[in-house]
Amino acid sequence: MTPALRLEGVTKRFGDVVAVDDVTLDLFEGEFLALLGASGCGKSTTLRLFAGLEAATEGHVLLGGRDVSRDSASSRNVALMFQSYALYPHMSVYQNIAMPLRMRGLSVPQRFPGARMVSRPTRTALHEIDDKVRRVATMLRLDTLLSRRPGQLSGGQQQRVALARALVREPSAFFLDEPLSNLDTQLKADTRDEIRALHARTGYPFLLVTHDQADALSMADRVAVMIAGRIAQIGVPEEVFQRPQSRAVAEFIGLHRMNILDRGHASRLHQAGATLDLGVRPDDLIIGAEGPIAATVESLLYKGEETVVLLRDPDGFALRSILRGGQPRPAPGDQVRLSADISALHPFDRHGNRAELPS
Amino acid sequence: MRPGTILSFGLVSLGAAMVLLPFVWMVSVSLKPHNEIFTPEVTLLPQQPTLANYWQALTETDIPLYLLNGVIVTGGILLLQLAITVPCAYALAHRRFPGRALLFGAVIAALLVPFHVTAIPIFLAFSQVGLLNTYAALILPFIATAFGLFLLRQAFAQIPAQLIDAARVDGMSEMGIAWRVAFPLGLPTVIAFSIFSVTAHWNDLFWPLVATTSPELATPPRGILFFRDEESGDDIGPLMAGATLITAPLIIGFLLAQRRFTQGLAGAGLKR
Repeated sequence: MTPALRLEGVTKRFGDVVAVDDVTLDLFEGEFLALLGASGCGKSTTLRLFAGLEAATEGHVLLGGRDVSRDSASSRNVALMFQSYALYPHMSVYQNIAMPLRMRGLSVPQRFPGARMVSRPTRTALHEIDDKVRRVATMLRLDTLLSRRPGQLSGGQQQRVALARALVREPSAFFLDEPLSNLDTQLKADTRDEIRALHARTGYPFLLVTHDQADALSMADRVAVMIAGRIAQIGVPEEVFQRPQSRAVAEFIGLHRMNILDRGHASRLHQAGATLDLGVRPDDLIIGAEGPIAATVESLLYKGEETVVLLRDPDGFALRSILRGGQPRPAPGDQVRLSADISALHPFDRHGNRAELPS
Repeated sequence: MRPGTILSFGLVSLGAAMVLLPFVWMVSVSLKPHNEIFTPEVTLLPQQPTLANYWQALTETDIPLYLLNGVIVTGGILLLQLAITVPCAYALAHRRFPGRALLFGAVIAALLVPFHVTAIPIFLAFSQVGLLNTYAALILPFIATAFGLFLLRQAFAQIPAQLIDAARVDGMSEMGIAWRVAFPLGLPTVIAFSIFSVTAHWNDLFWPLVATTSPELATPPRGILFFRDEESGDDIGPLMAGATLITAPLIIGFLLAQRRFTQGLAGAGLKR
C-alpha cells in the first residue's frame, strides 16, 4: 500500500540545531496517526515539513508516491488546523471558510468584487463555492453564524470554524496541531469525540500532533513517539503503551512516570534484575503486607479517582504507586511492602533497549 | 473641584489658548471685510462677518490650483509609500531571508538621517536627469520611507505567525498575504502613518522650495508664499482665507480619522 504522505529520510536543521533527525514516517490513506512528543522534540517541525510550510534540509516528502519536497503548502492541498485556530479576524465566518476555495477555484480577476456580474463562469464557480461552504457549515452546526466575525464567537465555535475551513477543501491529508491543548476538560472530551467522528465520516488521513498522550492514545490508530528529533517508536496505542521498545519511550508514555529500578538493585523484583534495568508502572506496583521490596510512605497525592503514593525504599530510591477508589490508604511514615507481577515488568538492557526476561 | 485640578486645568487651557490663538486670529481675519482688518482697535470677532475673502481667494487667486497640487503630491506620495512599504514591512516581519536583521538595522539607521542631509544629492541627481520642476521631483524622494517601514514592520510583527501560515496553506501568495491579511490587520497603524505622511508633506515648504520654481507646481505652503509676494502683504483678508482653506483639509481629515486610531483589529479571533 502506498502511503498518502511519506517523509523519507528527512532532516531539518535550523543553523546548528537539528530539529528533525533522519525521520522516515508514513501516513496511510484513511488512518489516524498521532505524533506524540514532549515540547521541543521536533514534532511541530515534522508537521510543518509534511504540510510544506518548512523545506527539508535533507530527504524527500512524497505525496501519493510523487516527490513534492519543493512544492508549496497550497499545492500539496493539505488541511491544517492550528492550535490558535488562526482565523482571519477581519473576515466573517463565511469568508474564512470560503477562503481556501476562492484561492484554489478562482483566478485573480474572478476574485474582484463585481466579477460575478460580468462573467458566467465566475457565477458558476462562486455558486459551487457557496454550496460547499454551506454544506460544511451545516455539518459543523455553523450555519447560523456565517455572518459573524471570529471575535464574536466562543472558543468552541471558533474551533469549529477552523475545522470547517480545513475540511471544505477536500484535502489530501488533514493535520491537527495541538487542537485540544487550550480547551477545558469537558469541551476537550466533546472535541475528541467530534474529531474521531469527523475522521470516520470523511476518511481523510489524519495526522495529530500533540504532547498529550491521553489524546494520542485515545484518538489515533497508530502512535509515533518522537524523542529528540527522532521517531523512537511507532505502533498501535496498546503496543506503545504495553511494550515500550526503549527506556526513553517507557518513561515518556504513561500518565505517571514509570518506576525504573537500575540493574543490580532490580534483582529484588526478579533475578534478571541482576543484569537488566526493570521498569514497573506505578499502577502495577502493588502495596501490601507481603512483597520483595520494603518501603516507607513519604506522602500521598489525592486526585479524586486515584491517589498517588510516593514511597522511598531503604536505599533511598523514590518509587510511586497508585491506589484506586476505595482501596485502604496508608499514612505517611508507614512501613509497607511492594510487589509486582512478572508480566508487568519492562526489562531494558544497558543501551536502554527493550530486552526479554529469561523464562 | 480640588485646587490642584483647577490649577492644572487652567494651565492646560492657557497652553491651548496660546496654540490656538493664531488660528483663531487667522479665521477671524479671513471673515472680516477689508475695512475692518486695518483698524487701530483689536476686535477678535468680526463685526460684519463676510465670506467675500474666501470668494476672492477661490476665484481670483491660484489657491485652488495650490490645493489641487497639494492633493496630487501628498496623495501620490502616500500611495507610492504604501505600495512599497506594505510588502517590504511584511517581508521584514514574517519572512526569513539572509541579511534580514542587517536590513532592518539599516532601516533604523536611516531613521536617524534627516531629509535635509540627502536633499542636496537628490537635488543634483534630479537636475542631472532633468526631473526638476515636475510633480515627480516633488513625489519621488519620499516614496521610500524608513519611518513607515519601521512603523509597519512593528505592527505586522504583532500578527501571529500561525495566521500567516494558515494563509499560506489556504493558497495565498506572499504578496496576497501582505495585502489581504497584513494590511487590513495593520490598518490602525497604516492610518496613523498616513496621517503623519500627509501632514508632513502637505505642510512641507523646504523641498518644494528647492525642487520647483514654477508657480503651476506650487504646493499649498509654497503657494501661500507666491501669493504673499504678489500681493506684497496688503491683501491680508484673502491671504488669511487662503491659509484657512489650506489648513482645513488636514484638520477635517484628522477629525474623521481620529476614531480609527484607537480601533485595534489584530487581536480578535485569535486564541492566545
